[in-house]
Amino acid sequence: MFKLEPRATPSTTLMLASPLVALAITVCIGVLLFLALGKDPLAGLQMFLVEPLKSSYALSELSVKATPLILIGLGLAVCFKANIWNIGAEGQFVMGAVFAGGVAMRASPDSASWIWVLVLLAGALGGMLWAAIVALLRDRFNASEILVSLMLVYVAEMVLSYLVYGPWKDPAGYNFPQTITFLDVTRVPKLVSGLRMNVGVGIAAVAVLVLTVFMARTYAGFQLQVGGLAPAAARYAGFSSRRALWTALLLSGAMAGLAGGLDAAGPQGQLTPYIPMGYGFGAIIVAFVGRLHPVGIVFSAVLMSMFYIGGELAQSRLGLPKALTGVFQGLLLFALLACDTFIHQRLRWVAAK
Amino acid sequence: MTGLTADSLALLIAATLNAGTVVALAALGLLINERAGVLNLGAEGMMLVAAIAGYATGVQTGSDTLAFVAGALAGAAMAAVFGVLVIWLNTNQYASGLALSLFGAGLSAFAGIQYTQQRLPERAHFDIPFLADLPFVGPALFRHHPFVYLAVALTIALSWFLLKSRSGLVLRAVGESPESAHALGYPVRRIRLMAVMAGGALCGLAGAYISLVYTPLWVEGMVAGKGWIALALTTFATWRPARVLLGAYLFGGVTMLQFQLQGQGVQIPSQWLTMLPYLSTIVVLVLISRNPTWIRINMPASLGKPFHPGA
Repeated sequence: MFKLEPRATPSTTLMLASPLVALAITVCIGVLLFLALGKDPLAGLQMFLVEPLKSSYALSELSVKATPLILIGLGLAVCFKANIWNIGAEGQFVMGAVFAGGVAMRASPDSASWIWVLVLLAGALGGMLWAAIVALLRDRFNASEILVSLMLVYVAEMVLSYLVYGPWKDPAGYNFPQTITFLDVTRVPKLVSGLRMNVGVGIAAVAVLVLTVFMARTYAGFQLQVGGLAPAAARYAGFSSRRALWTALLLSGAMAGLAGGLDAAGPQGQLTPYIPMGYGFGAIIVAFVGRLHPVGIVFSAVLMSMFYIGGELAQSRLGLPKALTGVFQGLLLFALLACDTFIHQRLRWVAAK
Repeated sequence: MTGLTADSLALLIAATLNAGTVVALAALGLLINERAGVLNLGAEGMMLVAAIAGYATGVQTGSDTLAFVAGALAGAAMAAVFGVLVIWLNTNQYASGLALSLFGAGLSAFAGIQYTQQRLPERAHFDIPFLADLPFVGPALFRHHPFVYLAVALTIALSWFLLKSRSGLVLRAVGESPESAHALGYPVRRIRLMAVMAGGALCGLAGAYISLVYTPLWVEGMVAGKGWIALALTTFATWRPARVLLGAYLFGGVTMLQFQLQGQGVQIPSQWLTMLPYLSTIVVLVLISRNPTWIRINMPASLGKPFHPGA
């Protein structure tokens, strides 16, 4: 029978190949799924893997989806490396959008032209405060960050819903649950006229750079990772696990909040109950598929965005439900976790006893 | 607030038991696999898939029994995938459970599209003869779906199983010290897989109960965090079945309070009331967790840790 046994050293080849193998497995299952649904698998795969890259319009849309995924994924990777399980990025994203929206709504046509920076900072602050609740309860009361951060997702969605149905509802909005459309001066500047791509792309690029340096070159980043890999060693070295907790949660909360602010003051331009679109959960997959490494996260975020756009295209052009996106995203993470097993272990045939 | 009449109090009690049953079933299931040392964060995903599996079967066959069986099987199948990954391939339990939740959300939304407009056949009311006609206690306690009583029976059975039976002892040994259980010759991995699948089956029943009885229709994401609340509940209850049931009813009470308050015409925006179950989960979690020693004493010692049988 086959037996799994530990490798002497982890396989570097597999560490890089595993996401690709996982993608291949997901594609194979996808083909089977398309066949089962009676659709041409090639046409199906084309929606997910080719169409999202085909034109400048498609690429711009890809950037609109990839930017929040990269930002949130980067923050989550820091958390996961420190063995802190913040799975409530969706809530932090929503609070970021709420705070950003709150500032944007107070702007007037003669506000300074840099007001959008303030809007984004407010977003980051909102996400950070929401994550700070998680850090505080974990730090002071030992409450599981997994459960608290997740419960706060539902609370954040209700706060948003209360605001757009109540005090922030646009009086001229025919009673729809939405705020006023934010003034142009508060909107995130676009890079190319006519396309939705905006300066968020640049912000994400800077964030990738900063976090690469933070994780690989700074003492604080090193302490965080030691705390995650070997808590006992970190304690012995005198690294504060409390500081790691606060740093990781505040950082990831701010990143998710920033993503929320970018979304509200960018493509959305107003607050509606449909602000939470699952980026916070999708980014968990992005972080893992990207090997918790900033550069890897860029690639996996682009891939995940292709899944999002592919799902929309499959709905409009092939008449398949958009929810296909979630199925593929979940499959990808499953396949990746299974493949990752073989980084630290290998299969060997042993004669049955 | 206007006065609470006996009739509306009876209805509130009935609604509380009904809402509590959902989380109780799921949390009792999770308790089984956690006692065996496996933490499955995929409860929400399993419940969603089971909810649509049960609903689809109910719509197609018109049989409640088949619908619940389908729900339980769907939950167990999802759990089996998770179990094989974490028990044999030693994948990270947190990440794999999250994957199960995300995958379940996607799969259920995908499978459920064609069922959003469909309705279940009418179902007979369940009244216990004679007892149901008693004043007050009748409407409060004796007009429930059989699952409400099943949850109580299951709690008692599970307490006995875990604390008094030999198999329960083995299960707990696997969760406390898998190395010792392995050395004694127990098949640790197989026991863990069975525990995980039992947990999945009960989460499946809970999921099916939501779409078939609790709110008989299919809406995407309709489990609405109850799987996560069930996970929190096992911690609140310090892994004891009776406390799980009590905690579940407490949660049911908080959930129902919002409808009660709205019914009484209390002027609070509905969103603040909808938040209550989630906020109270956080509050209780904080109250219970603030004593780390207590949690550590009660928690199955190998919870969440992988087990590698030596050669």
